[in-house]
Amino acid sequence: MNVRAQWIAFNAILWKEILRFSRIWVQTILPPMITTLLYYVIFGKLIGKQIGEVSGFAYIDYIVPGLILMAVITNSYGNVVASFYSSKFQRSIEEMLVSPLPNYLIVLGFVGGGVARGIAVSIAVMTVTVLFTSIAFHSIWIVISVLLLTSVLFSLGGLINAIYAKSFDDITVVPTFVLTPLTYLGGVFYSVQMLPPFWQKLSLANPILYMVNAFRYGLLGVSDVNVGTAFAAIFLFIAALAWFALYLLGRGHGVRS
Amino acid sequence: MTQALSIHNLTKVYKNGVTALHGIDLEVGQGDFFALLGPNGAGKSTTIGIISSLVNKTSGTVKIFGHDLDKELAAAKSCIGLVPQEFNFNQFEPLMDIMMNQAGYYGIPRRLAVERSELYLMQLGLWEKRLQVARDLSGGMKRRLMIARALVHEPRLLILDEPTAGVDIEIRQSMWAFLRELNAQGTTIILTTHYLEEAEQLCRNIAIIDNGRIVENTSMKSLLSRMDSHTLLLDLAHPLQHMPLLPGFSGRLLDDHTLEVVVSREASVSELFARLALQQIVVTSLRNKSNRLEELFIRLTGNREVAA
Repeated sequence: MNVRAQWIAFNAILWKEILRFSRIWVQTILPPMITTLLYYVIFGKLIGKQIGEVSGFAYIDYIVPGLILMAVITNSYGNVVASFYSSKFQRSIEEMLVSPLPNYLIVLGFVGGGVARGIAVSIAVMTVTVLFTSIAFHSIWIVISVLLLTSVLFSLGGLINAIYAKSFDDITVVPTFVLTPLTYLGGVFYSVQMLPPFWQKLSLANPILYMVNAFRYGLLGVSDVNVGTAFAAIFLFIAALAWFALYLLGRGHGVRS
Repeated sequence: MTQALSIHNLTKVYKNGVTALHGIDLEVGQGDFFALLGPNGAGKSTTIGIISSLVNKTSGTVKIFGHDLDKELAAAKSCIGLVPQEFNFNQFEPLMDIMMNQAGYYGIPRRLAVERSELYLMQLGLWEKRLQVARDLSGGMKRRLMIARALVHEPRLLILDEPTAGVDIEIRQSMWAFLRELNAQGTTIILTTHYLEEAEQLCRNIAIIDNGRIVENTSMKSLLSRMDSHTLLLDLAHPLQHMPLLPGFSGRLLDDHTLEVVVSREASVSELFARLALQQIVVTSLRNKSNRLEELFIRLTGNREVAA
């Protein structure tokens, strides 16, 4: 396939993915808005008043970056894992496998769909946020880049999960037992400085901590970790997962017999 | 001339240890209408799966119009259109979206993709349904959708894996006419089917696969000419009490109005009718007891289940 044909093919997958989650916006865009709204009401307004300030910010302002990023992580992952597995289940993935599409375009197309949903959800959640507090941008470029990179990373994670999945149960195991605990323990609701030294060190092994803190730095200008280290960690994870996804598709794992 | 499909020493051993293909060789010429038949589990779907890159081969070579699957995968894939046995489209997408997406995966520009999608949806009688989601279609319509989708990039080789399964006779015949026309325009077609009459009517050449081995590969004419006899069922105008005397023919009286007669290659149907006329037996209609290809198929595959 020449470059133009590849561009057309990439767009075909990307727009198919965007249309898919847009058609069912009540299931894809609305729920994170409602969940975030509940977090702001309960943790921000009701409990937050009792907590006071964290790192010099009102508690509701402190949790804004983490809540936005949590929605992005969950939705970019969920978009790809559901869409790719559904394609496997309905065998419509064969439409791509019989075509001359190179594997990297399949990965890019699905990841592009996950990123699009991540961005759509982040905008939706930010809209909810401004109902409760104002959003200040310490560095808009860090905000945008962390949003994009986090979406890419978790879209790749969702893709790998879907490649391995053999049933619909398999696509809920990782979000329930890995993603949610890591997100909650990734400094969304607290600063790791508040933890005892052992737990602080252990928290540094959690990749989501770096993303939440880099994003928090982009919005508030404070972070528990070095922002450069955070970006390096995100790039490293993206490279590793992208290589692994391509390796699996190249071998036909989960899609070819 | 380069063959449309050239398979050499193709083997497939699945992870569970089952050997589906034992080093098969197969050639399909350009412009051919080729039947690949065999009982269930014989290795047809595995062969088609390997040709269309849905199944990884264990060893051997496959070339599509000279493009080796191992060396020029994208070029080889561009030549193939696949109509699989199972429905494999997104049931929740409108027909037009399914067509446009498929065109997109082949890198076809939007304007051309719209033209071709409209053309093939019209030709296959699905134009009125173009905005409906696929799950709302009948079984026959879904089969036609898969044919339309397989044609959107105008492949040189079309592989049809039981395209008329579950389709009523009227639509089946219109699909046959469509496929004949497509073949006449130069598209090479490989067909597997449960309906052996379909293969006999449409295909010029045939391969029969059994237990992962090609047991027959010849022209349809040559295969059918090997039949040393065929069995006719005659419906009689007046009841008979006993089997009439028919020298040179064997047969039996199934009931007082139906006569079964085996006509050998040396004998002729005219001769049979002449003998019946001499005895003033009036035949109102006649039919083959079974399809000719079906009889041969059963013999070649050791009397196993009749299936494509």
